[in-house]
Amino acid sequence: MPAWRLALNNQHWFGLLLTAPTLIAVFGIFLIPFVSSFWLSLQRRDLPRPQTDAFVGLENYALLLQDPRFLNSLRVTATFACVSVIFELWLGITIALVLNQQFRGRGFVRGLMILPWALPSIVNAAMWQWIYNADYGALNALVTQLGMVDHYQVWLANARSAMALLILANVWKETPFTVLLVLAALQGIPPDLYEAAKVDGASLWQRFIHITLRLLLPVVMIVGLLQIIWGFQTFELVQIITGGGPYSSTEVISLRIYAQTFQSLRFGYGAAMAYLTALIILVPAIFYIRGAYRSIVEY
Amino acid sequence: MRSYRRVGTRMLLYLAVLVIVVWTVAPFLWLVISSLSYKIDLLSVPLRWIPSRITFQNYVDLLFVRGEANANASLFILGMANSLVVATSATLICLMLGVLSAYAMARLRFPGSRGSMLLLMTAQMLPALAIVIPLYVLLRQMNLLDSRPGLTLVYLSFILPLVVWLMRGYFASIPSELEDAARIDGCSRLGALWRVVLPLAAPGLVSVAVFAFIAAWNEYLFAFILTSADAKTVPVVIGEFSTKLGLEYLRIAAAGVLASLPPVVLALVFQRFIIRGLTSGAVK
Repeated sequence: MPAWRLALNNQHWFGLLLTAPTLIAVFGIFLIPFVSSFWLSLQRRDLPRPQTDAFVGLENYALLLQDPRFLNSLRVTATFACVSVIFELWLGITIALVLNQQFRGRGFVRGLMILPWALPSIVNAAMWQWIYNADYGALNALVTQLGMVDHYQVWLANARSAMALLILANVWKETPFTVLLVLAALQGIPPDLYEAAKVDGASLWQRFIHITLRLLLPVVMIVGLLQIIWGFQTFELVQIITGGGPYSSTEVISLRIYAQTFQSLRFGYGAAMAYLTALIILVPAIFYIRGAYRSIVEY
Repeated sequence: MRSYRRVGTRMLLYLAVLVIVVWTVAPFLWLVISSLSYKIDLLSVPLRWIPSRITFQNYVDLLFVRGEANANASLFILGMANSLVVATSATLICLMLGVLSAYAMARLRFPGSRGSMLLLMTAQMLPALAIVIPLYVLLRQMNLLDSRPGLTLVYLSFILPLVVWLMRGYFASIPSELEDAARIDGCSRLGALWRVVLPLAAPGLVSVAVFAFIAAWNEYLFAFILTSADAKTVPVVIGEFSTKLGLEYLRIAAAGVLASLPPVVLALVFQRFIIRGLTSGAVK
């Protein structure tokens, strides 16, 4: 028997052979750049001033920790991501509980939840930019007609309302993901549990806290972690709607990295910033991967 | 008394559902309405939410205008073409590679079979921004910046882990006895995969393909940084439209509607598969 036939019959070699192309592609394009990104972050590499290029060790990181605009963007990103997640979970669970009831057209309404998820994020950004338009945006028309304000406002010129509106746009797009996952989890709760609790005299509120919420907790944790991870990486939404303004009040970290790297062309400094951000994101990511990985091991 | 209360709760429930539907649909519906409106109608205060007349002029202007605005029309059409080519090729290549490794991970015991899944998942969690800078440098050296193959290659790396993860689940749910029977009848492993397992996993394949296509079609950051002229995808073109001053807004609305048609239609048609996929693997 030729060697390659033997290899095909041997589980070990066959398994490796089938997995190799995927691993090579993912390694080559993801993990190697991730490592070389770290290498780049240890250097001064300013494209406009090649004569100053040098290996500088951790200098970029030291500079970063004193860079007020970086620290500001870190705070802005954390606010954006955390507030978004709170609303995405709260709204998501509420909507899922409603859609879990019996009503006519339930399948159709559940199907609609897929719409914001499927929408390209750039279209989401352009759509809200249009809604927030100061002169003929739908938001101004709506709040004026409802009598909440008496004349059209420039919402995005104010730091607080700009941030709130960014969060609104993000929550609209991301909530359905929570809804769909929570709905699936709700369907997995056996109805007998509620019956038994009812017999034992548990009130509606007690049943909700001790059965529904308790059993939803694992899913809510996973969704929360993912939404935090994604929230930290938000780029196009902010780039299009506010561009980071007014006065850097909505300048999220990804915008800062982009500006430093591809506009100021400070590749080393930008890489350090990106790397630090990646490390921050890796904390929730590790929890998430551990949880998800455990589910395949138990398979 | 009791039945009154019941009617009351029913009404409350339907009211809640109505609020949910409006909240979910209204922003996108407004984009569609805007794209079909005359500018003069949208400028009126107070605004009429349902316009009295509609027009396809914004779409015609976007796609067919000649003269000074011509650049935008050809840019948009180029973007759609690039998106279609890149998303389709990334999907097909991912399916080919992903099916093989997912099969191996679901069925075969080999050194590193679990470790490689862990690595794939970690890779998928890495923020795009942390790798896009060296990728930019790498693609420039390989002369693949601003090219369809270059972008396809990058898309492979973030879609493949997803494909493997979802397909692994599908394969694991197919009983291996069927395959064993085929192999006793003289099929090779690959033959059994091709003739027995894949036909059974066909619904899974379709849903994974839809996922992969939507992920590639909607991707913005990599495309924004790694393309500059020839290979711009439609999200990049829309991003440019929305940051460019003075461009007619209703034309951007039309572009947004056209660009979201493929993913939205696919998602609505395959919603059952998508929801199942979403709940078994975390997909953005």
